[in-house]
Amino acid sequence: MNLLDVSNLHASVATDAGPQPILKGLNLTVKPGEVHAIMGPNGSGKSTLANVLSGRPGYAVDDGEAVLDGRNLLDLEPFERAQIGMFLAFQYPVEIPGVSNMEFLKASIDSLARARGEEQPNTANFMRQVRELAGSLDLDPAFLKRGVNEGFSGGEKKRNEIMQLLLLNPKLALLDETDSGLDIDALKTVADGVNRYRSQSNGVVLITHYQRLLDYIVPDYVHVLSNGQIIESGDKGLALELEAKGYAWLT
Amino acid sequence: MSKSSVDDLVEAGSEYHAGFVTDVESETLPPGLDESVVRYISDRKGEPQWLTDWRLEAFAKWQDMREPNWAHVHYPPINFQDISYYSAPKSQTDGPRSLDEVDPELLRTYEKLGIPLHEQAALAGVVPDPAAVGTPAGANVAVDVVFDSVSIATTFKETLAEAGVIFCPISEAVHSHPELVEKYLGSVIPQRDNYYAALNSAVFSDGSFVYIPKGVRCPMELSTYFRINERNTGQFERTLIIADEGSHVSYLEGCTAPMRDENQLHAAVVELVAMGDAEIKYSTVQNWYPGDENGKGGIYNFVTKRGLCAGPRAKISWTQVETGSAITWKYPSVVLRGDDSVGEFYSVALTNNRQQADTGTKMIHMGKNTKSTIVSKGISAGGSENCYRGLVRISPTAQNARNFTQCDSLLIGDQCGAHTFPYIENKNNSATIEHEASTSKVSDDQLFACQQRGIETEQAVSMIVNGFCKEVFRELPMEFAVEAGKLLEVSLEGAVG
Repeated sequence: MNLLDVSNLHASVATDAGPQPILKGLNLTVKPGEVHAIMGPNGSGKSTLANVLSGRPGYAVDDGEAVLDGRNLLDLEPFERAQIGMFLAFQYPVEIPGVSNMEFLKASIDSLARARGEEQPNTANFMRQVRELAGSLDLDPAFLKRGVNEGFSGGEKKRNEIMQLLLLNPKLALLDETDSGLDIDALKTVADGVNRYRSQSNGVVLITHYQRLLDYIVPDYVHVLSNGQIIESGDKGLALELEAKGYAWLT
Repeated sequence: MSKSSVDDLVEAGSEYHAGFVTDVESETLPPGLDESVVRYISDRKGEPQWLTDWRLEAFAKWQDMREPNWAHVHYPPINFQDISYYSAPKSQTDGPRSLDEVDPELLRTYEKLGIPLHEQAALAGVVPDPAAVGTPAGANVAVDVVFDSVSIATTFKETLAEAGVIFCPISEAVHSHPELVEKYLGSVIPQRDNYYAALNSAVFSDGSFVYIPKGVRCPMELSTYFRINERNTGQFERTLIIADEGSHVSYLEGCTAPMRDENQLHAAVVELVAMGDAEIKYSTVQNWYPGDENGKGGIYNFVTKRGLCAGPRAKISWTQVETGSAITWKYPSVVLRGDDSVGEFYSVALTNNRQQADTGTKMIHMGKNTKSTIVSKGISAGGSENCYRGLVRISPTAQNARNFTQCDSLLIGDQCGAHTFPYIENKNNSATIEHEASTSKVSDDQLFACQQRGIETEQAVSMIVNGFCKEVFRELPMEFAVEAGKLLEVSLEGAVG
């Protein structure tokens, strides 16, 4: 069975001038164990795809469907999508002042456990696990007591997203330009985290501008998104070709 | 998918869990106010002549005064002749001598609200009922309970007496400790202080009296629980707390009322006196009935609270969590007369639906090296209006005074208002005054970030709001901090659909 099936997806974003169509018949299939990279020029609809799949307010689905693990995603509230295993690593993680990172993670993991009808994890074990994960991503354990992303550097915010990915272990990870704004060391740490997450039972959709990240997270497929549709698909070689030639030759 | 955005959450009615009515037979004065009513109340309590005269003096002053209209709140004129100024459960007429004599129907009321009136139950730690949100529940708290106009029970009197602490209804203190009451009543808030304080001085019914002797650290938290039950009554309680030199006391106050369509007036006066090196920590969780989602009914909470740091190094700290009332008009203040004295004000005020709050503090610096801290968190949801109004006054005598003020407003939705009115009067060059203010919104992005990690919308909003209030909650006594968090959740139910 496919993990993710997106077919003929049309979606628009609400603007002051009315709805603006962005996705215009997008198709994408991800099988368990696969990593798909989605590349494309600015404005092609990469972030819109991530936002529509995860249910961010402000977007309207005009046609098509998206099925995750047999469930129609587009019928579900954002928290329900998360509860069935959809994870979005944010391009711009938001700050939630006064809510400690640890408290946030506990609320999240408890909600997911409840939704699966499982017991909430033991707090002491949970805290130990989080501290270990933080350490493995070069995050100072003191940051767990700070407000969510409050005063974090760009790199810390992104590593925090990856820590959540590893902790929550979703079925599908959507990474929205997680590499943007990272120096090379942070990039390696993030890539290392994603590679640790990868398994034969989950899938990754990697949205990125640059081929650079794909040196560290080797994708099974590379797709080029342009004007709301996937216009070219290939393997890692396609990314290298894009790096050398740009997007113009495709569009 | 728009269902989870902030805008769509600002609908529907919230639930008020303490809104039931207790069916007890009451002795209630017919509505109306004149000298005879003042005399009746005084007579009913068998007060000494000086107190009757004091009340009549206040009544005369009140008649010359006008209602304040400077607050940022709007309501139709109050007809003070439509209010009943005295109501007491009939079974209490002769006054219970012990808990066993309290009307079981009243005891059940407090059980429902989660107030531990049975000392044993309180010691064992009572499991709080959902209705108890915003009320003190837990072990080792001595409680005085005021039902409409009278105090019906005070727990742990003996334990406190061993430490020399006096904790009793003020109506009782008038008889048992007249010298203290006469000396301090009106000493911090004079009769004429303001319109509602004058009214309270004339018709105050009951309230708590606390005296902590020199050098004594009060062995437990003291708490008063106020409940309005009867229709068309006002509640005019009066609380007086005196902490003698080097003593320490922590006092908690909780309030609820039934849901009624008409507005009810609550005009309390609280006076605190801290002598040299004494410390008073006064915490309030105010959960009066706020009215329905269209603004019908609810309590008018017009309250005067002030503390005097009378001696050197005295400290008074106000912490309030205000979630109830249709209208809140309240400025717990500190007069810093003693050198090196400290005043603090930590406040969370949450308004939802049609609620209006105009609340803040006054820090009056008179002594040298006096220090005050103000942290105010205003949360507005629905179509509500929330104002911070604060005065920091540094007198010419207050050498090296310091104030730090932080005012943060959080908006939920786009139909509500947040306003900040800081007044600073500095008459001494050596003063240091800092003021920080911020306004933010619970953003769609923050909500979505929580939802995307599987956290349901209501829990997400409550988590974000609790985070915003953290600096204030950490000032509350432990058992209250948990209640306060739950209370915010309940009060926001309307805002999170």
